[in-house]
Amino acid sequence: MTQTVFEPWNDPDATPLIQFQGVTKRFGDFTAIDDQTLDIYEREFFALLGPSGCGKTTMMRMLAGFEAPTEGRILLDGQDIAPIPPNKRAVNMMFQSYALFPHLSVWENIAFGLKRDRMEKSAITERVDRMLKLTRLEKFARRKPHQISGGQRQRVALARSLAKAPKLLLLDEPLGALDAKLRQDTQFELMDIQEKTGTTFVIVTHDQEEAMTVASRVAVMDHGKIVQADTPDRIYEHPSSVYVADFIGDVTIIEGTATPREAGYEIAFAEGQPPLYAETDKTFAKGQACHLAIRPEKVSITAEKPRDKRNALQGKILDIAYLGNISTYHVELPGGQVIKAQTANTRRLSRRTFTWEDTVWLSWTDTAAVLLED
Amino acid sequence: MRRFALIVLPYAWLLALFLVPFIIVLKISLSDIALSIPPYTPTLDLSAGWEGTKRFFAGLDFENFVFLTTDDLYWKAYLSSLRIAAVATFLTLLVGYPIAYGMANAPDHWRPTLMMLVILPFWTSFLIRVYSWMGILSGEGYLNQLLLALGAISEPLTILNTNIAVYIGIVYTYLPFMILPIYAALERMDASLLEAAEDLGCSRLTAFWLVTFPLSRNGVVAGCFLVFIPTVGEFVIPALLGGSKTLMIGKVLWDEFFKNRDWPVASAVAVILLLILIIPIVLFQRNEQKQREAEG
Repeated sequence: MTQTVFEPWNDPDATPLIQFQGVTKRFGDFTAIDDQTLDIYEREFFALLGPSGCGKTTMMRMLAGFEAPTEGRILLDGQDIAPIPPNKRAVNMMFQSYALFPHLSVWENIAFGLKRDRMEKSAITERVDRMLKLTRLEKFARRKPHQISGGQRQRVALARSLAKAPKLLLLDEPLGALDAKLRQDTQFELMDIQEKTGTTFVIVTHDQEEAMTVASRVAVMDHGKIVQADTPDRIYEHPSSVYVADFIGDVTIIEGTATPREAGYEIAFAEGQPPLYAETDKTFAKGQACHLAIRPEKVSITAEKPRDKRNALQGKILDIAYLGNISTYHVELPGGQVIKAQTANTRRLSRRTFTWEDTVWLSWTDTAAVLLED
Repeated sequence: MRRFALIVLPYAWLLALFLVPFIIVLKISLSDIALSIPPYTPTLDLSAGWEGTKRFFAGLDFENFVFLTTDDLYWKAYLSSLRIAAVATFLTLLVGYPIAYGMANAPDHWRPTLMMLVILPFWTSFLIRVYSWMGILSGEGYLNQLLLALGAISEPLTILNTNIAVYIGIVYTYLPFMILPIYAALERMDASLLEAAEDLGCSRLTAFWLVTFPLSRNGVVAGCFLVFIPTVGEFVIPALLGGSKTLMIGKVLWDEFFKNRDWPVASAVAVILLLILIIPIVLFQRNEQKQREAEG
């Protein structure tokens, strides 16, 4: 069976479910969202990622209807949603605090939205039971929110927001209150539920790992702007800016000047160091300032100078971060520049090759590093 | 040992200042009126020994309680007190809830000021505040002068010495007791609950009735009891603002005690009043406990 790849953002014929068109939001003098245009497609699991205060929550609250854009339009299914109040939108939200009604049982919490729609009793019962089953909460239906655990409360919040079968589900830091282990399990559960229900999810998070795990596309935000919106692997492997490269995952950034050479560029970055070489689609003028971003796992660490690689630098091990499955070495070059290199610990620790103060060679391939503009 | 001391202290306090005086009042209510000092018999004479003690107990009876049932003044006064207290409590709730709601929704930096304004009247004497209402409500009072000047009325309204004045006095005096517990309940409420309700299809108004009001219920119940319980036995307000038709048990008690100098009957009235109030007091305590459990 062949499966078509889900990427409507590459299909020019696909119509987006949500369209931000030149949306600006100001609070007094403060510009929270600065003239942003963005399309989100049906069945997508879209993540808004960024540090606190970057505007991601404002984007979500505008979708929910709790804030109105100062300028621009937001379309849902081709219809401007500005005049539609939150209680009339086919959009539901899962709140960061869960916002479960403490005086109602789990069952009544989930039924709350359905009752507002004046659905028939039997239909409500059926729907609530389905939600309870989906979130594995059948046993807790009669309990009050303060009588269940944090993980269960999170699932009640999810069930309640999904109960009305919204066109769009917004999740505001949905896993923020869970501990690390539970968070991982819940991430997969979320993806599972998203796939089963076929609902479009928009998630707001500051945790890049969470965004990368669950989302089909990630929008990295900074100071009210979407810096890059792309699939997790594109964001990681082809960051469009130093900000994105630095925000997502671990990276070494080397500043230098580019000089065209062969299919790529030579980057001079320090006195007494050989220039580095990187291939890229972008064009740089001779002598243009640039940044070279290298992921630590793409850097090999060896005792001898490797012959087959053009990028090879010698340095001294400054620090070793042992994480169990991997170790990150911080290697200082004679000029003071520190480069991170990662190795998988396939061997036991006692047989580890390198230790502090060892002089080692770092190397990477011509295509491993990403060349970025200033 | 320290724990023991911690428990003993409050109980010793209760024993000395509540239980002992209550037993004295109970004892007087079982005595007979007499022209002596104190104005009742029998009194316990320990020097007479065992015989004296036996005589003392033989002298106690329920005559005064029986007397309360023979004159319809008393049960009418009790009923009327309960009715006035219930109506006044309801009116206080109507006035107090919006104030508490407004306070809880006011900007953060305003709240301490608003809180102070609610508590401020306590800094002046209760008696003076009730007297000043006489100045406001009387025939030539400020209220009538204002309404006459505005042309809203052509003749002064008779408010003072009616039940309306009593209600105004009670609502005014006990308002903080209603506002503070409701405010405490509303202030604790998570604002995202209302957004969640709206998100799930509620209008603002239904969100209030389905979320805000139920969550402030404990505050409402606490406030109602805090107003109702002292109001039933209220004396000063009906005495100063009420008229001859205002029948409240506090006034009856005062008359028995100071006008008739009938301490035993006055004590019996007080004992019955306490028994009537035990029911709402127990309910109030249960409400408090339930709330603590729900939060724990």
